[in-house]
Amino acid sequence: MNLLKISIANLKEKKLNSFLSALLLTLGIGMISLLLLLNKQLDEQFRRNIKGIDLVVGAKGSPLQLILSSIYQIDAPTGNVPLSEVNSLRKNPFVKTVIPLSMGDSYQGFRIVGTTPKYTEHFQAKIAQGHLYNASMEVTIGSKVARNTGLKIGDTFSSSHGLDSEGDVHGNRKYVVKGVFEPNGSVVDQLILTRLSSIWDIHEHAEENHEVEKHTLGPEHEDEDKQVTSALVQFRNPMGLMTIPRQINENTSMQAALPSIEINRLFSLLGVGIETLRALALVIIMIAGASVFISLYNSLKERKYEMALMLSMGATRTKLFLMLLLEGLMLAIIGFVAGIVLSRIGLWLFSRAAEQDFHYSIRQFGILPEEIYLFFAALFIGLLAAALPSLGIYKLNISRTLAEE
Amino acid sequence: MITGTNLRFAYSAQKKFNFPDIKCKNGETLLILGQSGKGKTTLLHLLALLLKPDSGEIMIAGTSANNLSSSQLAQVRAKNIGIIYQRPHFVSSLSVLDNILLSNYLGDKKPDKAKATALAEQLGFADHLSKKPSRLSQGEQQRVSIARALMNNPNIILADEPTSNLDDNNCQRVIELLKTQSASIGASLVVVTHDQRLKDVFSNQVFL
Repeated sequence: MNLLKISIANLKEKKLNSFLSALLLTLGIGMISLLLLLNKQLDEQFRRNIKGIDLVVGAKGSPLQLILSSIYQIDAPTGNVPLSEVNSLRKNPFVKTVIPLSMGDSYQGFRIVGTTPKYTEHFQAKIAQGHLYNASMEVTIGSKVARNTGLKIGDTFSSSHGLDSEGDVHGNRKYVVKGVFEPNGSVVDQLILTRLSSIWDIHEHAEENHEVEKHTLGPEHEDEDKQVTSALVQFRNPMGLMTIPRQINENTSMQAALPSIEINRLFSLLGVGIETLRALALVIIMIAGASVFISLYNSLKERKYEMALMLSMGATRTKLFLMLLLEGLMLAIIGFVAGIVLSRIGLWLFSRAAEQDFHYSIRQFGILPEEIYLFFAALFIGLLAAALPSLGIYKLNISRTLAEE
Repeated sequence: MITGTNLRFAYSAQKKFNFPDIKCKNGETLLILGQSGKGKTTLLHLLALLLKPDSGEIMIAGTSANNLSSSQLAQVRAKNIGIIYQRPHFVSSLSVLDNILLSNYLGDKKPDKAKATALAEQLGFADHLSKKPSRLSQGEQQRVSIARALMNNPNIILADEPTSNLDDNNCQRVIELLKTQSASIGASLVVVTHDQRLKDVFSNQVFL
């Protein structure tokens, strides 16, 4: 027999009231915690892949779309640009590296990206098995691609046109898997990487097959007619940022997009929604506090006699006050734990959807530091909501209460 | 042993009570009889230290209760006084057994489960220990509250109209139990009632 046992018995006695209070807290805390988790993980995912990329060039269109398609591989590309224009960027003294990208095909929903070895260097992707592609039609695949498609070294496959799995199949030329990357949490995990020339080769053959008018060009002009989708650019120093984007936008057929600016724009757009949800969650938590308050207030009115009885049996008022506080505290703890569990379930569902649509996975289910503050906030609300009505215990007239009933 | 001398209490200028002196030695019984409105419950609450008298003195087990703080009063109540109310009331969320053990807990004593079951055995509700008190009949509830009052071996047992809601059979039984149980632990038993059926059962009587 102790205070805890009596408090638990009291909560059980009023199952529905306790359930409602705990449920409201669970919802409020679950929402806030889910928002924190999503915010942090999206932020991390976005920042990790953006690191070291100062500029993206590609066909004119939406800069955000260019960033999303070229860095994160989630949106459709804006179009193609001539390789020669991309390569002319290399002559600029402020430019350190230019990584051209060519995309448009996929295999089972995973994008095939033609690029240079600089790309793997940039994302610090290491080979787990086999070796990096070094000839046309050879590919090295990301860890998630290997896991989901079951492709192994030596396997061959045909790519399909377009970025979803329903495109036309390029049946003639088959890619061969030469290696698999180690998982490193970057965009490489979900990509099939190959040489730029693979993409050109495959589309030339496709054009032949479709009997579209064929251009035959001498190998010396090849470079001029080749097209890529976009290119990732790194500057040697920040001065590049001042001049190059303007030059590109004004003097070439390409556009320059700054990842940091576009991502901040994206987050500020998302931020409005997140702020609204957060405010809603806070309101729910406040209602939960009011619910604890009301249910304790009502039950205290009903239990006035019980309180007087316990006082007449030798309980001190402080002891009974603590007992009532404990009820509020337990509701807060139950609500917090259930809320944290709920947010993890929500995150898991979200991650499943995100993985299906974008191949991004979110797999951090640990407790965030912010959630520890959230815990104390929940305790505070539980205590406050319980303390306000329970102060009445100090004013209870034992004799009158006992005599009245 | 409990004594009350020159006790006065006023709720208001019109509603004043002057009580006759009360004395009940260890192992003895005392019946306080009075019609409604004569201050029976007030007197019992004074004796139980739930109310402070305007004047006069209450001695419990040889010490005066006049100058005790409210937490000291709570201690004295828990240790020395067992109270049985007119309508038995319980902590409704706890089982019968836990309600009995509550006396021990609030009196800062170890829960004595063996004693609780022994008392339940003697008072005839051993089958109901795990039930909620509200599921017991009035007579059974009254017997449970007797057990609860006895748990800390109090020096004084105060009963407020313990039989007024009971039929003749239950009345007889409850009073017998009260007398034998208080005698067995050598406590003073003070019963406050208007129930004329008890007149012949007690030799020491005070009329209000």
